[in-house]
Amino acid sequence: MGRHVVLIEDEPNITEAIRFLLMRDGWQVDAHADGASATDVIQSAKPDLVILDLMLPGKSGLDIVRELRDCGEMQALPILMLTARGQMKDRERAEKAGVTRFMTKPFSNREVLTAVRDLHAQAGLE
Amino acid sequence: MARQMLTGSRIRERRLMLGLRQSDLAQQVSISASYLNLIEHNRRKIGGKLLVTIAGVLGVEPTMLTEGAEATLLANLREAGADHDTPIAELDRVEEFAGRFPGWAEVLVRSHARIAALERNVQTLSDRVTHDPHLAASLHEVLSTAAAIRSTADILVDSEDLDSSWQQRFHRNINEDAQRLAESSRELVSFLDESGAQSDPSGLPQEEVDRFLIDNSYHFAPLESGEATVAEVIDAAPQLQNDASRQMARRLLVQYANDAGFMPLEDMLTAIQEFGIVPDRLQARFGGRIQQVLRRLAWLPEERLGQEVGLVLCDASGAVLLRKPIAGFSIPQFGASCPLWPLYQALGQPHVPLQHRLRQEGRGGAPLTSFSYAWQAGEAGFERDPQLRAAMVLIAAPADAPAAMSVGVTCRVCDIERCTARREPSILREGF
Repeated sequence: MGRHVVLIEDEPNITEAIRFLLMRDGWQVDAHADGASATDVIQSAKPDLVILDLMLPGKSGLDIVRELRDCGEMQALPILMLTARGQMKDRERAEKAGVTRFMTKPFSNREVLTAVRDLHAQAGLE
Repeated sequence: MARQMLTGSRIRERRLMLGLRQSDLAQQVSISASYLNLIEHNRRKIGGKLLVTIAGVLGVEPTMLTEGAEATLLANLREAGADHDTPIAELDRVEEFAGRFPGWAEVLVRSHARIAALERNVQTLSDRVTHDPHLAASLHEVLSTAAAIRSTADILVDSEDLDSSWQQRFHRNINEDAQRLAESSRELVSFLDESGAQSDPSGLPQEEVDRFLIDNSYHFAPLESGEATVAEVIDAAPQLQNDASRQMARRLLVQYANDAGFMPLEDMLTAIQEFGIVPDRLQARFGGRIQQVLRRLAWLPEERLGQEVGLVLCDASGAVLLRKPIAGFSIPQFGASCPLWPLYQALGQPHVPLQHRLRQEGRGGAPLTSFSYAWQAGEAGFERDPQLRAAMVLIAAPADAPAAMSVGVTCRVCDIERCTARREPSILREGF
């Protein structure tokens, strides 16, 4: 099964670290920094999993999730949201929008890897 | 008049007690020594902002000057009792309490004032933490940089066989991020320090305009007399540091000059002395539109008017565009205000003048009269949606005014129970 992830993150050094981490774990990683075109990028890439920052230039992560969930093909796509905002209301808002898992910064690599592997397994892709 | 006469004498008495010369006090409160002399000899009325300013310089509560020390103590004790959650049975014996235990009465009053000041700090900080875009961006920057460092450091520690080019790359990234983190942490600490000192930390355009207006006491005499143009006033304002704030201030002052053009200061003061602050009568006297009269009232110098005038302007989203505070009514700096304000009722009834008696719940709330009005900004058209604006002028209501409607500041720090307009729970009811 596929192990293709699209990473939407505007912080270049986080992107580089996560990209390295996932590639070492056998993932193909496409990274993208702009929120405004993120939905199009994801829809055309058709990845197995998306990692998405909440606060992005151009469009918020939540708006991107809502747009993806409105698209029939993307309703079951596992989405891991990374954010500096960790309040309960932020989590609730993210869940309501359709985020599969929510992780607050600063996270450890182990947490990211475990979450990605779990989501992949739960989606029946492994 | 008797009360006014005593006020002047008390100012003189307090000034002499502090060893201040009349000219020094006059200079500190920006009036002429001869005008202060008239006040001290009870030949000119004093009230509003000038009284508050003089009281501040003399280091006393304004009521100490208007009513004397004993009356101030009793009033403060009554206020402390009234603010208590459960009614105090002995409230009518406050004079006896102050007479028998003056020291304890003073302690109680000071504690009450201290609690009120702390609650105001909670309100300001809560407001800031919840809505300040600079603080949110600053925290986001710190956490994102920390995440980058942590993730990169994890890789370096966990990867014994890491290629040397990758090692160099990640070391460089950590170095860059550590510098960024140091810088953003420093900025965050500086921001919080400045917030504590209540200075202007952020340079947001709206905050710069607010500071500009406050520093000028919401009055621009050179503009009214024709001694300066709008551009000259703006160019001379050190508070306006960026293009956005200068643009906002320019729009405001152009409107100001236009309003002052057909409602000259002296004529307005004469009319108000004749029939009081009655917006529709002022409109009938000077012409123009109601919103212009409301705005003009807020720009009159309070030391000449003899009382404070508050003003809140908002757009159709409810966002506050201009705030001129008045004692007894808090206006949040950030975020949404209380939806019960008549200002927002006016938005639902454009072109209908609304008058209310109101009182803001919480410490320091005072009975006020509000005049609210909403109008369509710009030209109407079948192909253009109306752009509404609303204004609310606030003035002190007489102490014996009929019962007033209760409004809040903003839900987060509002104590009104069973309010159907509530958006979120109050932190005042959650252990604060």
